[in-house]
Amino acid sequence: MNAMMNVQSHREKLRISDLHAFYGESHILHGIDLQVNQGELVTLLGRNGSGRTTTLRAIMNMVGKRSGSININGQETIGMPSHKIAHLGLGYCPEERGIFSSLNVEENLMLPPNVRSDGMSLEEIYTMFPNLAERRKSQGTRLSGGEQQMLAMARILRTGANILLLDEITEGLAPVIVQKLAEVLTMLKERGLTVVLVEQNFRFAAPIADRHYVMEHGHVVEQVEAHELKDKTELLNTYLGV
Amino acid sequence: MATIFGINLFALFGQLLVGLINGSFYALLALGLAIIFGLLKIINFSHGALYMLGAFGAYLGLNYLGIDYWWALVLVPIAVGALGILLERTLIRPIANEDHLYSLLLTFGIALILQGLFTHWFGSSGMPYAIPEELKGGTRLPFMYLPDYRAWIIVFSLSVCAVTWYIIEKTKLGAYLRAGTENPQLMQAFGINVPLIVTLTYGFGVGLAGLAGVLAAPVYSVSPEMGSNILIVVFAIVVIGGMGSIGGAILTGLAMGVVEGLTKYFYPEASTTVIFLVMVLVLLTKPAGLFGKEA
Repeated sequence: MNAMMNVQSHREKLRISDLHAFYGESHILHGIDLQVNQGELVTLLGRNGSGRTTTLRAIMNMVGKRSGSININGQETIGMPSHKIAHLGLGYCPEERGIFSSLNVEENLMLPPNVRSDGMSLEEIYTMFPNLAERRKSQGTRLSGGEQQMLAMARILRTGANILLLDEITEGLAPVIVQKLAEVLTMLKERGLTVVLVEQNFRFAAPIADRHYVMEHGHVVEQVEAHELKDKTELLNTYLGV
Repeated sequence: MATIFGINLFALFGQLLVGLINGSFYALLALGLAIIFGLLKIINFSHGALYMLGAFGAYLGLNYLGIDYWWALVLVPIAVGALGILLERTLIRPIANEDHLYSLLLTFGIALILQGLFTHWFGSSGMPYAIPEELKGGTRLPFMYLPDYRAWIIVFSLSVCAVTWYIIEKTKLGAYLRAGTENPQLMQAFGINVPLIVTLTYGFGVGLAGLAGVLAAPVYSVSPEMGSNILIVVFAIVVIGGMGSIGGAILTGLAMGVVEGLTKYFYPEASTTVIFLVMVLVLLTKPAGLFGKEA
């Protein structure tokens, strides 16, 4: 497993070029370029409304209209319907978490079909998130915010997705749960998964990310590698308005 | 004559039975409407016409193709379902993202065309359809005579409702349907072919209407207007049960049939309006319906 990962460690998983996205008449993304290699964790930073969530939704073809190029595992997906894109190994966790209230915890967990063969088993999931095991028969939306976030994460890990698109997963959660999510992300990186993280909480993202893309008004305005963070802190603060 | 407290038990049980039978049809039709509304978010005004088509399917099958009642019970719902799939793919799908008013008008138009065609071909007087040989008998109960075919309608349609309810509430396929009702876009992003599920759901929903039509052929006369007559009541039932609630549609359908039957006994003048009266009361006190979730 490790040997294989090393061979492929520089393999490109996701390449986006000149991506434009629209909701009805509104032009939201104005030509995004970004690129993620296998095993990397990159973040999309920026203020609210800068186009980070739309970027993730555009990758999944969940926007009104999109143009440009989105290459996943070397395959062009710009003309692909949403459900086919998932089967290339993508797992999407929306900002609002998307827990289904008419399904219980276990039904929520089992809902997404496997997109690859080596997903986590139910036992592994329940070991990692013991709260979910305890409440497996509860209605999905009766869980606490933190538990719902765990469920939303667990749901895509079970499918075997190896490119994760995670939108604001720490938003509004207690520090102890944010800590737990950081551990989960670190573990996923060790396993060689590729992650695109939209994050408001820069202190959460900084220690685990390989690269940061800063977005503003639907453009990528800055690209910061992890080792450049110290030098560019000033700049980032200006963009993020911290 | 058996009477208790001045109530004629023969007449009362007779009306109760008629109520249960009407209720069985209401339940089957309301179930289909509720499933379609849940996933497609359209109010399927052609539901009554497809129910009528089911009855005519049984009639035409018997008289021109030699298909007996039992085969019609299998084949006609499949044919009506297939027609529904065709309608969904060619007419409903293209306007799926428009305002709901468009799909309402479209399905209403389809209903008018179907009804008009059948009136043109067969007139509006109605055709007889014989009760199948096997169900011609009856059972004498202490307070009433129960014809076998009427018992069959109740048992069969409620079994179909129960199986459908089980599939939707307890199986993986049903989980797709429930989740798709809540957030189809996210479900598709998980890799589920939602457009296909939508098409099959519409086909299944109208297939239930076709099935109800076959069941109805021997008890009501097969006429082009049979669908539009029952549809308005069924819409009221879906509203009372709560839009999109599966169990609610079934239980309310059956209950409203019984309420209608009892009204026919105690105050016949109100029997055609009592369901709408209940609807008004429910809307005033519980706008989301008896089983609907508050928005």
